[in-house]
Amino acid sequence: MIQDVERLIQAIADDLRRLLKERDIVNPAVIGVHTGGVWIAERLRDLLDIGEPLGRLDISFYRDDFSRLGMNPQVRPSDLPFDVDGRHIILVDDVLYTGRTVRAALNEIFDYGRPDSVILAVLVDRGERELPIEAQVVGARLTLEPDENVKLTGPEPLHLVVRKRP
Amino acid sequence: MNPASVQLDEQGRLLHFLTLEGLTRRHLVEILDTAESLSGVAERRVKKLPTLRGKTVVNLFFEPSTRTRTTFELAAKRLSADVLNLNISTSSTVKGETLLDTLRNIEAMQCDMFVVRHAQSGAAEFIARHVEPHIAVLNAGDGCHSHPTQGMLDMFTIRRHKPDFAHLRVAIVGDILHSRVARSQIHALNILGASEVRVVAPRTLLPAFVEDLGVRVCYDLRQGLRDVDVIIMLRLQRERMQGALLPSAQEYYEQYGLNEERLALAHPEAIVMHPGPINRGVEIDSAVADGPRSVILEQVTNGIAIRMAIMSITIGAHAHDGRRRR
Amino acid sequence: MGIAIRGGRLLDPANGVDGVMDLFIADQQVAAVGGKPRGFRIEREIDAHGQVVCPGLIDLCARLREPGEEHRASIASETRAAAQAGVTTLVCPPDTDPVIDETAVVELIRRRAEAAGQARVLTLGALTQGLQGEQLAEMAALKEAGCVGVSNALAPVTNTLVLRRSLEYAATYRLTVFLTPMDPWLTAGGCAHEGVMATHLGLTGIPAAAETSMVARDLALLEGIGVRTHFCRLSSAGAAAMVAAAQARGMPVTADVSAHHLQLTELDLAGFNSLCHVSPPLRSPQDRDGLRAGLASGVIAAICSDHQPHEPDAKEAPFGDTLPGISGLDTLLALGLRLAEEGVLPLPAVIERLTAGPARILGLALGQLGPGAIADVCVFDPEQVWILDAKTMVSRGHNSPFLGRGFRGKVTCTLLAGKIVYQA
Repeated sequence: MIQDVERLIQAIADDLRRLLKERDIVNPAVIGVHTGGVWIAERLRDLLDIGEPLGRLDISFYRDDFSRLGMNPQVRPSDLPFDVDGRHIILVDDVLYTGRTVRAALNEIFDYGRPDSVILAVLVDRGERELPIEAQVVGARLTLEPDENVKLTGPEPLHLVVRKRP
Repeated sequence: MNPASVQLDEQGRLLHFLTLEGLTRRHLVEILDTAESLSGVAERRVKKLPTLRGKTVVNLFFEPSTRTRTTFELAAKRLSADVLNLNISTSSTVKGETLLDTLRNIEAMQCDMFVVRHAQSGAAEFIARHVEPHIAVLNAGDGCHSHPTQGMLDMFTIRRHKPDFAHLRVAIVGDILHSRVARSQIHALNILGASEVRVVAPRTLLPAFVEDLGVRVCYDLRQGLRDVDVIIMLRLQRERMQGALLPSAQEYYEQYGLNEERLALAHPEAIVMHPGPINRGVEIDSAVADGPRSVILEQVTNGIAIRMAIMSITIGAHAHDGRRRR
Repeated sequence: MGIAIRGGRLLDPANGVDGVMDLFIADQQVAAVGGKPRGFRIEREIDAHGQVVCPGLIDLCARLREPGEEHRASIASETRAAAQAGVTTLVCPPDTDPVIDETAVVELIRRRAEAAGQARVLTLGALTQGLQGEQLAEMAALKEAGCVGVSNALAPVTNTLVLRRSLEYAATYRLTVFLTPMDPWLTAGGCAHEGVMATHLGLTGIPAAAETSMVARDLALLEGIGVRTHFCRLSSAGAAAMVAAAQARGMPVTADVSAHHLQLTELDLAGFNSLCHVSPPLRSPQDRDGLRAGLASGVIAAICSDHQPHEPDAKEAPFGDTLPGISGLDTLLALGLRLAEEGVLPLPAVIERLTAGPARILGLALGQLGPGAIADVCVFDPEQVWILDAKTMVSRGHNSPFLGRGFRGKVTCTLLAGKIVYQA
């Protein structure tokens, strides 16, 4: 089942607006996790009318499986063009699965400074968590077969693709 | 000739970093790109990445060096590795302990990486061939043969100013004969596709058959500098005057020293580099070394990011192969 | 004891013999070639069908490491290796410890070699005392004690006056002078040929001029003295050409080359292969070709092993920290046979360069199998394929770059003065 991604992102933006109002957050900073999270974060930034540039995170150096898998040959620089100290962060990723990527992203953000809070918004939550991590805003929940994968392709157009693992 | 094939595994991943000779463009670009990602670490609150947490890096320096050792130490620590510094003076070999015995003793301390500097060419390769399979060996300079991390940080510096290697003309000036840095730079430039690499030096400071490395020889500095985009000045060591290689520092400066007048012969946007430490007034004038075209200080900063990149890549390659301790 | 070696291809280049025929040996000598002499009682028969029977090999330079370096090897161990390699005569250079500048050392070596009884060991006496290049050694006494020549080993005599006088003194006693042409200043600190490989590997180079300049100097000094001079272990085409020119002018000059210099070049140093660290260094392919041409034309009259056995530590270090030298006895014949296989020179000529050629240089009646000759014999199977392996190498030194390589041609039997010292 392939979802209309643009519509999901609209829904996420609506939920975020509500959540930010509830928590009285006026000037959030948005950080996207490479690569899919950055595409979504760019759209959210537009929809939420945030003028400040996006933060981009490549968590390759923070992965907990570096000892097993080694270096990612396509690592990109992380770039947070704002001071993390005292900010409310909206952390955006495409797929929430085991929770390890989010843990790595949180570790990396905290190495830049101490945020006041972090809200996690994901396009898809496919369950099967291995760590106690949850998203505050979720576009869609999916249940997948054990041999299936979900991937966001892009940047234009954005598509969610469910594939059998090779 | 595929030298140092010991440094690549069957999939072509870098297990050790011994020499640039025999590596591909892909290898070098991966290192440069990874270093680019790492270069921002120094600006963060926590100037560390957890990538090598729990790993032990041993600095095995058989030749004394504070500068290079310190940058390797800093690079390892910025990746959260533990660092052991072993300065092995020649007196331990006088006591009769062979290099192999020294290695065995250190291996017993459970490390993951050796950073080696040695006065003999081929020492790093020798060590790589004899260590346990899970240990990565980085060459911090072996004799006159190779100083690959320096070569890479020089390429990183060049790329920041001149992103397209294909049209680059580079002049390397100085004691090529004794320079492991020059050899590494020459290999890197050729692999990255530089349009022309010139070596500029008197005959006595050029190795035999140097053209075989892929360079054009110029005995005349003015000719050598004409229209180049990058000038790399090499340090002239005092000993060269004693070894009947040069008559005096004065004559060397007259013929091969870089001053503003000679710099003007190069391309108007040429950059000036030097692996350091600089001999002011011998190979280079202060005005040039401190001038607007000099990127010498950047080279030092870039050294840390490059070494972090190479450490991550090589230790990562060992992880990939699941190379276990024996 | 009457020994008959039957059915082999008898290759005796000194006497122009090359054909399938029998060889008869009695009382340490060759009794007859071809037909069995009347009344000859055969007590032992060696079947040599399909094999080659030639004079025992004569090796102009083999270091036995005794006296002085017994931790590396000994006269007993290395003469045993020689016997299994078909080498019946070895020449030991004077750089033992103590140096062979006293008759006592000549005696010691002779006794120990006799006790081992595996090969004949000849010695070269020192040219100068202690090989220091300053005072003449007692060459007359050394000759009387049995030295077959004099040499300064690897320590070149730099003082030309001393060298000239030592040449004149050696001429007095009709001693052949064995010189190793190596300029000490051009050689100092170097470990590889000054060529492309040294440049790539960052090794300090030794130019060919280190050899040719000394050959030129020595030839000039020899002029008019009339002493027989032998240049040891040429490594460059240039030096071979200079020796050829000197011979053409009628000078009594000879030369040898090591078996490995005829096979290997600087390119074999790839990967900092310390097993190819030798002195003089392995030079360019052009130099190797020049040496091969010199060998084929006869300018270079002998192939030697330049045997230098080492313990493993000596080679297990970064290249420049290793000791030079190859353990060459085990492969001397096989490398020679490879030259024939590669068409560098025909098999009888290869055998000549390993037997009659060295004998002529030494001025001894060895290296041939005519009736009445000393029965030093080597029998080898030219088709037997074998691989050089540290476990089966006979020399105590396993420092050979040919380890793991396959060879064709193996010694099956060796006789020393009519006595069987090795049989496979």
